[in-house]
Amino acid sequence: MKFLHKQLEKVKPNFEKGGKLYFLHSTFDAIETFLFVPGETTHKGVHIRDGIDLKRTMFTVVIAMLPVMLFGMWNVGYQHYMATDPTVAPALMDCIGYGLLQVLPIVIVSYGVGLGIEFFFCQINGHKVNEGFLVTGLLIPLCLPPTIPLWMVAVGTAFAVIIGKEVFGGTGMNLLNPALTARVFLFFAYPAFMSGEYRADQEYVWFSANRADVADGFSGATMLSQASEGKELSFSAWDAFIGVIPGSIGETSTLACLIGALILIATGVGSWRIIASTFIGGAVMGWLLNVLGPIVAPDNAFMALPFYYHLIIGGFAFGAVYMATDPVSAAQTSKGKWVYGFLIGVLCVLIRVFNPAYPEGMMLAILFMNVMAPLVDYFVINANKKRRLARATV
Amino acid sequence: MGKTIKLKKGYNINLVGEASLVVGSADAPKTYAIKPTDFKGLTPKLKVEVGSEVKAGTPLFFIKEMPEIMITSPVSGEVIEINRGAKRVILDIKVLADSKMAFEQFTSGNPDGMDAAGVKQTLLNSGAWATIKQRPFGKIANPEESPKNIFISGFDSAPLAPDYGFILKDRMEHFQWGINALKKLTAGSIFLSLPTGVNSPLTSTKNVEVVNVSGPHPAGNVGVQIHHIAPLGKGDIVWAVNPEDVANIGKLFKDGTYDAIHTVALCGSEVNEGARKYYTLKKGACIDTLVSNNLSEVNSRIISGNVLTGTKVEQNGYLGFYDRQITVIPEGNDPEFIGWLVPSYARPSISKTFLSFLTPNKKYKVNTNMHGEERAFVVTGEYEKVLPMDIYPQHLFKAILANDIEAMESLGLLEIDEEDIALCEFVCTSKMPLQQIVREGLDLIEKEG
Repeated sequence: MKFLHKQLEKVKPNFEKGGKLYFLHSTFDAIETFLFVPGETTHKGVHIRDGIDLKRTMFTVVIAMLPVMLFGMWNVGYQHYMATDPTVAPALMDCIGYGLLQVLPIVIVSYGVGLGIEFFFCQINGHKVNEGFLVTGLLIPLCLPPTIPLWMVAVGTAFAVIIGKEVFGGTGMNLLNPALTARVFLFFAYPAFMSGEYRADQEYVWFSANRADVADGFSGATMLSQASEGKELSFSAWDAFIGVIPGSIGETSTLACLIGALILIATGVGSWRIIASTFIGGAVMGWLLNVLGPIVAPDNAFMALPFYYHLIIGGFAFGAVYMATDPVSAAQTSKGKWVYGFLIGVLCVLIRVFNPAYPEGMMLAILFMNVMAPLVDYFVINANKKRRLARATV
Repeated sequence: MGKTIKLKKGYNINLVGEASLVVGSADAPKTYAIKPTDFKGLTPKLKVEVGSEVKAGTPLFFIKEMPEIMITSPVSGEVIEINRGAKRVILDIKVLADSKMAFEQFTSGNPDGMDAAGVKQTLLNSGAWATIKQRPFGKIANPEESPKNIFISGFDSAPLAPDYGFILKDRMEHFQWGINALKKLTAGSIFLSLPTGVNSPLTSTKNVEVVNVSGPHPAGNVGVQIHHIAPLGKGDIVWAVNPEDVANIGKLFKDGTYDAIHTVALCGSEVNEGARKYYTLKKGACIDTLVSNNLSEVNSRIISGNVLTGTKVEQNGYLGFYDRQITVIPEGNDPEFIGWLVPSYARPSISKTFLSFLTPNKKYKVNTNMHGEERAFVVTGEYEKVLPMDIYPQHLFKAILANDIEAMESLGLLEIDEEDIALCEFVCTSKMPLQQIVREGLDLIEKEG
């Protein structure tokens, strides 16, 4: 490793001010600090520092996303083979191989475009490259349908990084979750490619297969759209929990999301308060609708959908574990996190049931609460200020 | 038994190199230096020049903002150097010590029989006043004010901190006299906090309200204790004194001479094991006789104070005015190959992404590496884990960075001092200079009044 370090030191002057490659200094710096934690020592304040840094924190989130990512790849393949020939159980490696070919290009485009823009902005602002996009770059593919055209991934990612993050001042300053910003942009810009059963070009949205090859009677709809249209669900709750259902690449398996949640909670990187309260909020609202449904709207089948379905279908678990927990766009106080998560769960179910135009309520619920999070914190902080004032007069 | 306070939040950084409870002997330091930079936000006005002969207790300079306050020489001898830095700021005043100590005489006697003005005068004349710190702002107390209460933290919870029960075990009479003197200066109480479950000789002190405090660092910080015992309201002022300085004050009233004793713990992984002991020095002592033959060969950092709040000094440097600990740890200027992912040696962390949380009592040899680069605030909730106060630190830091004075005050900045949030700075994932931020906020509030 000494050799590698020496080589880096040797080429370093080219990237410093006045060097030939100065216009790439942020890129060089990012690579160098990725390979070697700098030998920089403390010079003011504390003399020792905790071992944790943002690289390790963000990488832990990437690790927590691996179960979802791997399952998602497998499921893309599995859905393809089930659509074309439901009578034969496809081999594990076939599914993974097919899924890899579908998913990997999306991941590459997302990272390529996003990091390219990030490096560019760091370059012109003279900033250090921030690690936040390590996570965003993987979240974007996972919340998109597997059939998404690659140019849309590029456009969505660019929108998320520029409008969602850089205009606010970069990582740590954004109001909205950048990955969801990408998704919501694509959702409203190209609705035909992001929802429904068939795309505008008559291809399926949720799994990749030629229509001619698809077996008769196979429905290409997600459970969410079936539920919102009052149709019979073609999958069981168990299927939905495991994740062998059509849907966005990373969202189908509640089980894989829970494994990710376990990693995030055990390492303390993700807020257990947000994850728990989001599930509680969704369950409470779903249960409330179950109780009220027969009284106020006996015809509404979605209201009668057992409450736990809300937690396992669509992007609920994925959103609760990976999207809602983004520390920058979430509430920042402990009490605020409870309120924030709970309201995400409640709003998600409300949007799903009462706004049939948007069966996927999770995205909108999280984005709405991203905007409201500072307000939630404001009330928590104000209570703290009032406590302090009240104490002074005693 | 008085009040009991149980604190849960906080973190003990377990370091290798604790000083054993033995008083070691070392050659007496030849020179002493008083550093005006130890007194935050105050301007020194010299009373001596190079060549002046001084006794222990002779004023070296006074404080421009509060001219009654004298900072006196800890030893008798000759002023040999007055060093200045940029803009002619005085960095230190060095005194070459006589082999035989001569003391200035001050009005002495049992403080019980004195009035507040008399006690105050003796403290001011002798220089002992400078050991009384005021909260908020953490600087020398203003003699014209009367504090709501006086707080003495009878223990230090910082990494490798000295044990005041050990330091003061033979000085209980001095300590009691010191308490009696301080009692004259406040209409309120003197709160003495002691660690729960530890049999400290200070327990038997009279004229104080003993408060038992338990919990990890920063439980021993006086700021945290004030917050839980009798929190500061708007406009309130309290004072805080180090327990050994209380004993020195007691000795001053008993003997009429001011002997600024500092019993110092020499600690840290780079101090040879046999030398990790307590040493009896005086304020501003040169540390070279102590450290010169007792350090390992490693490139290391010598800190006057603890690893969280101390000041870096050279091997021939001087003990800080308020420090009772010298910590020596290795420097950490080696780059570490993908160290953020696979650390090549164990390091303390509150993050459970390191397996070290499975061995909470393991002691670490830490170095001064940053372990990462400075970033914007991203992670939330980590500062709260190590600040046992009803304060929202991240919002407070942001208010300071935004120069929002009203928000700083209402979020509780006046209740804290740099040392109280030093642990926040240690754990900060984004490697922010939080102590500096807090000091800038406090300075701004003071300036804008």
